[in-house]
Amino acid sequence: MRRFDVDDLKDVAVGAAVLGTGGGGDPYIGKLMAMQAIRAHGPVEVIGVDELDDDAVVAPAAMMGAPTVMVEKLPNGTEIVTAFRSLEEYLGRPITAVLCGEAGGLNSTVPFIVAAELGLPLVDGDGMGRAFPELQMVTFTMHDVPATPMVMADDKGNSVLLHTIDNRWTERLARSATIEMGGAALIAFYAMDGRTAKRAVVRGTVSLAADIGRTIREARATRRDPIEAVQARVGAHKLFSAKILDVDRRTVGGFARGEALLEGVDDDAGRSFRIQFQNEFLVALEDDDVLVSTPDLITLLDADTGEAITTESLRFGFRVVALGIPSDPQWRSDEGLALVGPRYFGYDIDYRPVEDRVGT
Amino acid sequence: MIRIGIDVGGTNTDAVVMSDRSVLHSVKTATTEDVMSGVLAALQGVLEGSSIDRSEVDVVMIGTTHFTNAVVQRRDLAPTAAVRLGLPATASLVPMVDWPVDLRESIGNHAYLAHGGHEFDGREISALDPEELRRIAADIAAKGIRTVAVSSVFSPVNTEMEKRARDILQESLPDAHFTLSSEIGRIGLLERENAAIMNACLRDLSRKTVRAFREALAGAGLDAPFFLTQNDGTLMSAETAEAFPVLTFASGPTNSMRGAAFLSGIKDAIVIDVGGTTTDIGALVSGFPREASVAVEVGGVRTNFRMPDVFSIGLGGGSRVTIDPVRVGPQSVGYRLTQEAHVFGGEVLTATDVAVAAGRANIGDPERVRTVDAVLVQEALAVMVAMVERAVERMRLTPEPVPVIVVGGGSILVPDRVGDLNVIRPEHFAVANAVGAAIAQISGEVDRVFSLAEMPRDEAVARAKAEAIERAIQAGADQDSTQVVDVDDVPLAYLPGNATRIRVKAVGDLSVA
Repeated sequence: MRRFDVDDLKDVAVGAAVLGTGGGGDPYIGKLMAMQAIRAHGPVEVIGVDELDDDAVVAPAAMMGAPTVMVEKLPNGTEIVTAFRSLEEYLGRPITAVLCGEAGGLNSTVPFIVAAELGLPLVDGDGMGRAFPELQMVTFTMHDVPATPMVMADDKGNSVLLHTIDNRWTERLARSATIEMGGAALIAFYAMDGRTAKRAVVRGTVSLAADIGRTIREARATRRDPIEAVQARVGAHKLFSAKILDVDRRTVGGFARGEALLEGVDDDAGRSFRIQFQNEFLVALEDDDVLVSTPDLITLLDADTGEAITTESLRFGFRVVALGIPSDPQWRSDEGLALVGPRYFGYDIDYRPVEDRVGT
Repeated sequence: MIRIGIDVGGTNTDAVVMSDRSVLHSVKTATTEDVMSGVLAALQGVLEGSSIDRSEVDVVMIGTTHFTNAVVQRRDLAPTAAVRLGLPATASLVPMVDWPVDLRESIGNHAYLAHGGHEFDGREISALDPEELRRIAADIAAKGIRTVAVSSVFSPVNTEMEKRARDILQESLPDAHFTLSSEIGRIGLLERENAAIMNACLRDLSRKTVRAFREALAGAGLDAPFFLTQNDGTLMSAETAEAFPVLTFASGPTNSMRGAAFLSGIKDAIVIDVGGTTTDIGALVSGFPREASVAVEVGGVRTNFRMPDVFSIGLGGGSRVTIDPVRVGPQSVGYRLTQEAHVFGGEVLTATDVAVAAGRANIGDPERVRTVDAVLVQEALAVMVAMVERAVERMRLTPEPVPVIVVGGGSILVPDRVGDLNVIRPEHFAVANAVGAAIAQISGEVDRVFSLAEMPRDEAVARAKAEAIERAIQAGADQDSTQVVDVDDVPLAYLPGNATRIRVKAVGDLSVA
């Protein structure tokens, strides 16, 4: 058990941006809300998944919708508790612990809000170990945990209870309800018992986000290289140091798609790289050779500050260090690759683990 | 046309007199506590030095960091009411929630939430409630607050709610100043609202300061119209500056970049402004500073102003040089350079000493640095070059070679080449900021989300362009010279109906009747 206080949330937000692999939304709003909830209700207890009773009831909390809406139409603040309460009502049993759905980006901070307000422990883990764009892209799906019953709640007090035949249908129906709700909603879903959580959860990712954030903060304070420190903490493979030469963006099928061209610098001078993204960075290449692909994490860090760079802020001239971080082993299975492998996103690439592609 | 440009900085007030495109004379004076007497001294100095008759002066342009400094130092800020329309949304984070506590307290922390606001697609979140607003107005009046900021969800897309709320509040608060968030910022509620509140709390100071400028001009015997420069390097009338003081927040670095462009005749370049403690590096695109795309903090408050994208490094003429390993800055002797540096008889090894020891410059007494270890000098120079090169690479716009323009008092620290780029040192480089103020233009800007389900993209862009040009002309630009200088459209991912955010900027020369 580890207690998370107001200042820990700052580290979580910085670390979650690293796990966000360029996407996942800006954690700023969620961080402010979580810090406020902790100030009002006290620190959040973060527990290991093994500390759960087998018959515990756990459910993840998340925000769904467009990041551009979330920075403008802030939540009322009661939505997530409404969603949790209605889900409990439908389940007929109280939820005993909160889970994180997505440890990368803004959804790293949302579970802290509900955990603080309801006085529930938060399980140290999530369903991705990173960020992905769609609701069914969680390890829970592979363990046959249905996303529904799911409750989505909006700022006006509306809530929707979904019951679907599979998790991809949940994504479709929830996405259109989100749009009607004004582009953003808070959701409680994937309720499961403790026994299932122990199999299905990507472990330790909440404290990992906090540790990454703290590592960057401490390295900067003591003038050590924050990138080397992050690399050591997460077992990342350094892909290259480079400068961004060009960024080509377009919106296709509701995704912010595009490609960044990079030119190697320092030890990598003379080499040229590309990174392809759809909300998140999905494939990194040198010339036409794949260096890393989804589901392994591709993270771009600012060469000076060590802070993660998002797809929206990619710009000519940025000096970056690209890291490849091995994904959770569950994603490397056939079922995992069917959900989030390169072919799901339309790339004609066979997945190979980052450590095999780029060595150590 | 005879113009006077003035830059009121934290340390120096500089002034230049220009006849059309040539600089006739320039002076540097100390900035004074009351601002007015420093400006007056600078004005009198350049008028005498240039022997221009006062009646010949057509226009005066002033750039100032006075309002930024007021926020940073938490002084002269008025008690302010922040009224936000958006209930039932947005209640989770009240206005000023992310401000430093001391700044929030210094303006009274008066935040009000009311119904209203729009969804991303134009629907109302809830209807405006006039009774609710009248109750809020009564409370504001009872507290004796005379300046109000109004924000509303998605007001950059639809400004109507903020205007209606202002009209209702004003009925009960006839003497109050109002700042609407849609007049200042873009999408991003907290940042835009922060800008509106900071603007509102500066309204008393802006009235006083603009009056001080007016008095300084009158004191110098000038009856020419005067303008202030804003963040994007363009002008606003004294009346606009009085109503929107936040628009001056980053005019300092902007003016030095624009001045650098003018003095060198180059429109696309990297500009290095070397001061005593820091060096600001920015990028010029078509003669204007490139704007920052991320939230910029002012006095600890997150904002989304139109700010130049400036990268600052801790390198200046007064930077301390330390050994093992060799480091230059970020500590600096600052304004004490002329006492503490070796070349001025002091005991501190500074970046200026290194430049003199390497034969780059002839400042103070070069004999005093003769004993400095030659290896150390070479190493320190290499460190300085690497710092500048790295920062320039960061701000560079294209892989093609672009020129580098160096301005500011510490420009001797920059070598004649930075990486593969040529360095240009224009004449009058020390007063580039006042020159930048003198040559400022007028702009009009549009930043809005268009639904491409309702009209084709070309039409949306055309509408935005026409509106930006109209806004520039209304702001005082000469019709013939006004043109669109920037169009940027960002498709909003995840949203249906092809919502696209279009930003357009139009700029024209000041029309002088």
